[in-house]
Amino acid sequence: MSQIKIIALKEFKDYFISPIAYIVIALFLIVVGWFFFSTFFIYSRADLRDFFALLPMVFSFFVPALTMRLFAEEKNVGSYETLLTMPVSFIHIALGKFFAATLFTCTMLVPTLSYPIFISLIGDLDWGPVAGGYIGAVFLAGAYCAMGLFASALTRNQIIAFIIGCALCFTLTIINRMLFFMPPEIVTVIEYFGANPHFANFSKGILDTRDIVYFISLISIFLFSTHLVMQEKN
Amino acid sequence: MIEIQDLTKYYNDFCAVDHVSLSVRPGEIMGLLGPNGAGKTTTLRMLTGYFKPTSGQISVKDLHMPEHTLKIKSLMGYLPESAPLYHNMMVYDYLIYVARLKGLKDPARQLERLHTLTDLCGLSGIMHKPIATLSKGLKQRVGLAHAMMTDPEILILDEPTSGLDPNQIAEIRSIIRQIGRKKTVIFSTHILSEAEATCDRIVIINNGKVVADDTTTRLKQGALQDNLIRLTLKGPDFKTVSQFFTDMDSNLSVTALNTDKDDPVRVEIQGPPDRDIRSDIYLKIKETDWIIMELTRETQALEHIFQKLTRENT
Repeated sequence: MSQIKIIALKEFKDYFISPIAYIVIALFLIVVGWFFFSTFFIYSRADLRDFFALLPMVFSFFVPALTMRLFAEEKNVGSYETLLTMPVSFIHIALGKFFAATLFTCTMLVPTLSYPIFISLIGDLDWGPVAGGYIGAVFLAGAYCAMGLFASALTRNQIIAFIIGCALCFTLTIINRMLFFMPPEIVTVIEYFGANPHFANFSKGILDTRDIVYFISLISIFLFSTHLVMQEKN
Repeated sequence: MIEIQDLTKYYNDFCAVDHVSLSVRPGEIMGLLGPNGAGKTTTLRMLTGYFKPTSGQISVKDLHMPEHTLKIKSLMGYLPESAPLYHNMMVYDYLIYVARLKGLKDPARQLERLHTLTDLCGLSGIMHKPIATLSKGLKQRVGLAHAMMTDPEILILDEPTSGLDPNQIAEIRSIIRQIGRKKTVIFSTHILSEAEATCDRIVIINNGKVVADDTTTRLKQGALQDNLIRLTLKGPDFKTVSQFFTDMDSNLSVTALNTDKDDPVRVEIQGPPDRDIRSDIYLKIKETDWIIMELTRETQALEHIFQKLTRENT
C-alpha cells in the first residue's frame, strides 16, 4: 500500500516539476470556459448541464496527453529498468501511476468549481446535479486515465501512446452517437459500452449503481490489461 | 549466495544467453567479462528480475525466482548500464524517493544513510542539482548511491565505468573495492585491466556461453603457462625464420604476426610450458647477422586468454 502511495506522490509531483501541469491546466480552462460560457447566457439557465456535457469529449483529448508519458517516457529513458529492479511489484507501479494521473485530472477540475459558485450568485442553482456531475467527473477521469495508462504501457513512443489513448477514449465518448450504423441486434449492448450516457446520469444528479459499476469495471479492465502488458513485455 | 542454473534467454529466435550456470560465494567480487553483445547485460537483467528467463533457475540465499522476486530484489542493489535515472528530479529528491521505495521509512535514518552515501560517492556539491544537468561520471555516482541505498548484501553493477574518463574510472573502481570488502559484488565490463585489478574471480562469457570461470590469479597463471614469446627480427623473411626455429627445436611452433615483406618479421613462438627459452633464442640468433628489435614474453595474460576464448567461438 505504501509503495503505491510513494509512486503516486512522486508521479503527481512530477507533473508540477515540468511545465506540463501548468500548460495543460491553462489550456483545459480556456477550452472548457470558452465553450461553456459562449452559449451560457443565451439559454439563461442557471445550471452546469452544458459544462458536464463537454467533459467526456474534452477529457478524451486532455487525459491521454497527461498519461502518455507515464510508461513511455520511463521506457525511453531507461529508468523503467531502475524502477522494476527496486522491490516493487507491477501492480504497485500501475496503481501508483493511475492514482497520480487521476488525482491530477481532478486537480485540473478544481478551478472549475468557481463556475457553480458564481452561477449560484446570479441565479437559483440546484446543487444536486452539480455534486452528482463532479462525482461522475471523478469516475470519468479514472476510466480515461486507466485507458491512457494502458496505451502508454504499450509503447516507448509518447506520441503513439497519445494517439492510441485518444482513440480509445474518443471511441467510448462517441460510440453511442454511432448506434445508427450498428446492426440492430447488438445496439443495446453497444449502447451500454458508451461512456457518455453513464456520465450523463451522474450529471442529472442520479447516482445509479449501474453507472458506478460501469466505470469501476472499465478502470479494472484497463488496469489489469496494463498489468498484463507489463508482464508480457519482460 | 547466488546460484544460477542453466539460465537461458531467447529474444524471438536469437539466443542471447545459453545455459549459463554460475555460483557466487558471499564476499566475492566477480567480474563478468565478454565482448559487446556477449550476453552480460541480459544475464544481469535476469538476475535482478528485470527480464524473465526463457528457462533456468535463479536462487539467492535459498530464495527462488520467481516466487520470491520481491524479496530477492530487496537483497540486491543494481546499477543498470549508463545509470538511467529520472532526469527531471533533483539528486536529493531522487535519493529520498529511492530510500522510501526500498522501505527505508524513518526520515532520520534516511538522512543518516544519505550522509554516509554522500561521503562515499562524493555527492556533496550536487544534492540540489537536477539529474539532467549532471555529467556522466556524476550520474554514475548517483546511480551507485541508488544501488547502495539500503546497504544491500549484493551489489550488481552493469558496466559501471563505461564512458568515464580515467580519473573517474579510478574513483569508481576504488569505491567498488571499498564496498567489496564487506559485500558480494558482481560487475560486468569489457575492460580487461579493470577486471584484473578489482575482481577475485572472473567469468568470461561469449555468445551467451560461459567460456571461462576461475579465480583471477589462476586464470593468469594458466595463460602464462602457454609461454608465448613475441619476436621481431630485421634481416630474414618469415620462411627462413620459421625454418631456423624448427631446426633449433622441433617442438616450437612459429606463427607470423605480419605479412608485409618490407617490414621486420614479427613472429609468435609457442615455447614449452616448463622453461623459459628466451636466452636460448637470443644465443642462437647471436650467431647470425639478424637484428633483434623485440623479444618479449607475453605478460598481458588475461588479454591473451580473453582473445583466445572469444575468437575461437566466433
